[in-house]
Amino acid sequence: MMELVLTVTAVVLSLAAAGAIVRIARGPSLLDRVLAADVLLAILGAALCIDMAVNRHLNNLMLLVAVSIIGFIGSVTVARFVADRRGQTNES
Amino acid sequence: MNPDASTVDTVIDAVSAVFMIVGAVMSLAAAIGLLRFPDLMSRMHSATKPQVLGLFLLLAAVGLQLRTWWVWPVLVVAWIFQLLTVPVSAHMVGRAGYRTKHLHKELLSSDELEAVVLKAAQAAKDAEPDGGASDSIDR
Amino acid sequence: MSRQRISLRQELPLLVWLVIVWGALWQDFSPGNLLFGALLAAAVARLFYLPPVELSGRFNVLRAIPFAVMFIGRVVAASFQVFYLAVAQGPKVTNAVVAVPLRSHSDLMVTATGHVISLIPGSLVVEVDRSTSTLYIHGLNVRNADDVLKLRKEVRDTEAGLIRVMGTKEELAALNQEVGA
Repeated sequence: MMELVLTVTAVVLSLAAAGAIVRIARGPSLLDRVLAADVLLAILGAALCIDMAVNRHLNNLMLLVAVSIIGFIGSVTVARFVADRRGQTNES
Repeated sequence: MNPDASTVDTVIDAVSAVFMIVGAVMSLAAAIGLLRFPDLMSRMHSATKPQVLGLFLLLAAVGLQLRTWWVWPVLVVAWIFQLLTVPVSAHMVGRAGYRTKHLHKELLSSDELEAVVLKAAQAAKDAEPDGGASDSIDR
Repeated sequence: MSRQRISLRQELPLLVWLVIVWGALWQDFSPGNLLFGALLAAAVARLFYLPPVELSGRFNVLRAIPFAVMFIGRVVAASFQVFYLAVAQGPKVTNAVVAVPLRSHSDLMVTATGHVISLIPGSLVVEVDRSTSTLYIHGLNVRNADDVLKLRKEVRDTEAGLIRVMGTKEELAALNQEVGA
């Protein structure tokens, strides 16, 4: 049964990652791209979780925490940066 | 091996399988929302929130599969970190998005912040001629 | 750097939380490990001194458990709702920014309410006005004045639940008076 779950989740997560990458490519603004990159990181985290659950180990747990912290710091930093540059370019 | 233990095992396996699939579907929901919603703010709703439920389900699946009690505290701590960080980053991006006019006004049915922001921006412009009004409201 | 010391009682939740994180990270809850964690927590709290969080000193466990269950239930329901909106409505969705004045003026309560509201899908805190403790919330799929009222009521109900769990006695009294009236 785990084989089936692995296949289904792999397909679903691949589709999700493809969607996020399309949004990163299309934009239209920097914040959209940051948001989509955040989602991509979350999908990576989901994949790490599924690996842990299927193969029954905990090796990825710290990696998962690190990934979510990187996503958090990244989006907060970019949000500050965008807020400081307001008024110069509005490409929405 | 008695049959009871293996039945319980099968049930736990089935529950965690369901959790994993629903958790993965939540990621897909985030991606669909990213693609389908028209502006930044509504995209944020779909992008940040299903992660909370998705990660919860996936961590629960990990806990069920490992079948030892001492992993649960780590998983709970990981989830609580997620709970604490997600709203903050969502708020930061949303606020920057609102201030930089990434918002499609025609999609709003009402906007009770606009007048406040305009007033604060006006006040900040009066106070300093540079027009640095980005942080005026919460100071 | 002459900040006033806070009492051990106020510091205790922080220390307990640090010890739990320490034990969880080592995946080892033996007494020796917990003791060492407690020593480290005390050292960290002394060396890296942050402005204290002003807890009310009240925590109602009996109210907290139903609140947590209801919170998870609403997260599940709203997650699927947002999923449905993304698939069914997509580009045609209508939103609103709604101002919600809160009852409480303590920073902790405003932060907690904002966090819970942000975690429940369909609403997002855009801006906070600390002086009047007003949250400006961006709601998904808010089409008319009725939906605005519903969103505002939801936020204020969430705050009422949080006050019942961990608000100060004064806030609780004010809330009970309001509900009773």
